[in-house]
Amino acid sequence: MSIHSVNDFVVRFANINGSGSASANQMFARAIIRMGVPVATRNIFPSNIQGLPTWYEVRVTAEGWQGARGGVDLVVAMNPQTFDKDVASIEPGGYLFYDSSRTIPSSKFRQDITVIGVPLTEICNREYTDSRQRQLFKNIICVGALAALLDMDVTVIEQLLSEQFASKEKLIAANHKALAIGHSWAKHNLSCPIGLTVQRLDAVGDKIYVEGNNAAALGAVYGGATVCAWYPLTPSTSLVEAFGSHTRKLRQEPQTGHKRYALIQAEDELASIGMVVGAAWNGARAFTATSGPGISLMQEFLGLAYYAEIPAVIFNIQRGGPSTGMPTRTQQADLLACAYASHGDTKHVMLFPRDPNEAFSFGAEAFDLADRLQTPVFVMLDLDIGMNHMLVKPFTWDDSRRLDRGKVMTYEDLEGGKLFGRYLDVDGDGIPYRTYPGVHPSKGSYFTRGSSHDSMARYTEEGGPIAENVVRLLKKFDTARTLVPGPVIEPAARPTRLGVIHFGSTGPAMDEAARLLAAAGVDVDVCRVRGFPFSEAVIDFIGAHDQVFVVEQNRDAQLRSLLMIEHGIDPAKLTPVLYFEGPPITARFIAAAITDLVAGAPAARKEKALS
Amino acid sequence: MTYLAKPKFHHPSIEVNEIGLTHRDYEGSISTLCAGCGHDSISSAIMHACFELNLPPHRVAKLSGIGCSSKTPTYFLGGAHGFNSVHGRMPSVLTGANAANRELIYLGVSGDGDSASIGFGQFAHSIRRGVNMVYIVANNGVYGLTKGQFSATSDKGAKSKKGAVNTDSPIDLVAMALQLGATFVARSFSGDKDQLVPLIRAAIEHKGPAFIDCISPCVAFNNHDGSTKSFDYVRAHNEAVNTLDFVTERAPITTSYAPGTMQEVKLHDGSSIRLRKIGAGYDVHDRVAAMTYIQSRGAKGEIVTGLIYLENDPGDMHDHLGTVSTPLNQLGDAELVPGQAALDKINASLR
Repeated sequence: MSIHSVNDFVVRFANINGSGSASANQMFARAIIRMGVPVATRNIFPSNIQGLPTWYEVRVTAEGWQGARGGVDLVVAMNPQTFDKDVASIEPGGYLFYDSSRTIPSSKFRQDITVIGVPLTEICNREYTDSRQRQLFKNIICVGALAALLDMDVTVIEQLLSEQFASKEKLIAANHKALAIGHSWAKHNLSCPIGLTVQRLDAVGDKIYVEGNNAAALGAVYGGATVCAWYPLTPSTSLVEAFGSHTRKLRQEPQTGHKRYALIQAEDELASIGMVVGAAWNGARAFTATSGPGISLMQEFLGLAYYAEIPAVIFNIQRGGPSTGMPTRTQQADLLACAYASHGDTKHVMLFPRDPNEAFSFGAEAFDLADRLQTPVFVMLDLDIGMNHMLVKPFTWDDSRRLDRGKVMTYEDLEGGKLFGRYLDVDGDGIPYRTYPGVHPSKGSYFTRGSSHDSMARYTEEGGPIAENVVRLLKKFDTARTLVPGPVIEPAARPTRLGVIHFGSTGPAMDEAARLLAAAGVDVDVCRVRGFPFSEAVIDFIGAHDQVFVVEQNRDAQLRSLLMIEHGIDPAKLTPVLYFEGPPITARFIAAAITDLVAGAPAARKEKALS
Repeated sequence: MTYLAKPKFHHPSIEVNEIGLTHRDYEGSISTLCAGCGHDSISSAIMHACFELNLPPHRVAKLSGIGCSSKTPTYFLGGAHGFNSVHGRMPSVLTGANAANRELIYLGVSGDGDSASIGFGQFAHSIRRGVNMVYIVANNGVYGLTKGQFSATSDKGAKSKKGAVNTDSPIDLVAMALQLGATFVARSFSGDKDQLVPLIRAAIEHKGPAFIDCISPCVAFNNHDGSTKSFDYVRAHNEAVNTLDFVTERAPITTSYAPGTMQEVKLHDGSSIRLRKIGAGYDVHDRVAAMTYIQSRGAKGEIVTGLIYLENDPGDMHDHLGTVSTPLNQLGDAELVPGQAALDKINASLR
């Protein structure tokens, strides 16, 4: 029995990286969005430039779910290396699309799926003589054939091609031709459409289709960042590249073309965070973007920034760890490394955006928080939201909003006789005042150091003043608790004693999992944590439930540990639900794990691997 | 111990510079280094140079790493903001600070452990990047705060106070700075104030990475027979290539020079220095010749000092980056935040 579904299925393209398939695949996804049907797309790619397997998944979802679903309904198998595994990954009743130019023995196929052969290479060899053209147009011909099979509006794809090659007239016609070749071949030789179809809908609205790294970089622009120091590291690199491209357009001085920002590629992560600390000490808003290995290298400076109270924004695009780990796979496994980064007693502020929309708003907010609190702030993205396009609410900005530079004493303040003590708690919130270097000829200068100091920034080895100062830092951390974004709580339809806590990129899958659970008769209240230190509302949520599932994408239940460490919560009350294989967590996994746990069965730790 | 403040009163006839400050106004707190430490002479030379340049102390940012040398910024220019950062990482902090505000003067003080070992990479890259700064290494060939281990600038065959002989090759930071593209390279000796003060002065006036390797004997752990960084050894092997005379409108130089012994060098602010050449035929603008010269003299056990290399109008990191002339830390909301209208366009491009 073949799967029949309108606007609700998963297509997976299996390709070889470096073959030019990425842009054609993305065109396919964009065409569906243009037809008003939401998609969720994911790149599953190797840490390599050319020749290794790569997959691109398009989840067509009328309901707009942005998490990975799990399972594949149609595989477009263009990579002989992974053919067998790709065929095996198809759901029973699903479809296989393959290049039938070379005969493949029937033993390679399955009886319970529909096999669709299109002689793509043969068609290309007939139509084109140039080998590069054969390769590139093969991808477009493939999209044309798929459009016929899925009953897509081919004019939408033509329009997208025209937009993409707007500046290269010749290429438009050539691409349109390739698209038509594929489309008409399928129409004439295959039974179209198959059981999976895309039908026009009005479910996309004003949503935008964007990656989290791009969005976070735009957040940094709107947050007033002027200094970015960085070291290339997957999967954070595209954030800095996006900052470069946004600032080129948005931050040039009109008269001169000079830059209102400095983008510095450092020699390593130690230098990049050092530059951020130096720039922020000197009154510029500064950030770096990195991933786990970079966080490990930045530890010493993070401790200095914490103790000397220097703002810094660090975008951590988490990848699979430990060590070099999985550079091109996703995890949420750096929570403990960031929360307590560096030796001695240290604690840091973290923000957990769930998608590109929050990556933008938290990206901007992080700079206000860092200045307000005079401390490092981590924006904890991960590869899943950082490097994948997602369909999210459009970015918004309140034009009446002003950058909050925090407690900075000006020339006028100093001249007016205000007492300046760099680490003096004047306002009772644990946050002292600072001055920028060069502010006043005779007042306001101080010495910044990572060695022990008193409230007037003087070096001291006296226990009392040293302890007083670090206790004040705890008070400041308590103030942070009230400033970070609070949790988003989604109550179940009926009162329940079961709760779920999750954060960051688990959000989209969790939304869908909550629906699946409700359908299965398991009612859960859901609390999405958005910041650390935890708001009171998070602790109240735990207090209001008998059992709380903590869903995370790491092995060691790191968010659960933070809740236990910081708030003394009984471990028995917090049940871990963990996924850490590399692909993003899915709604099916979460729902199955929680259902099993509620029924008293052991946690289902695994599902069929996605790749 | 910065809480030991010095009394501020002074004699009414004490010398005052053009901005009305006395030498006392350039001081910091009392040094806690060992009596006779060469580093204190460097601090004193910095204060002297800033006084002569009529610099308001608060327009200087003084940064350092960790070690005896890195303690010294506390002991000069009390009116300036200071940053005692982490070991070997002063260059990155200084680079970031410079990026944030191009209008201040950046003075980085480091040591041979700080710059030639743990911070060798940051030393190299800050110079490569063309950061406008004065980078002084107080070089004593030894780890002082941890009591006498060899540093990476210790000469092969040098003897420690406890009698151990160094078997590792030394790093010559001047040779490195030349190779890495520093646009002002000098070496001096903390015991030669007449040479050091004008060098620091010229380095501050220079726009670009100005590096000064200042040999500064450690009286506690490296001033004995068998050391190649002791006062006696350095005095006996010092070979100055030139000495510097400043020419300003207020104080024109009237000294007459023998033909071929004078090289006039224009500085960034329009003033100039006259180099009295001692090494015959030495051209301060020839980088390759300078590299060869210090290597060949070094091979003979001589320590070349003076202004070793100078590039005219080299440009700095900000020129390379193309940043605006307004310091980045002074840009306001209007210049930084594009607003909803720009965001609408971006949203539209993402549909």
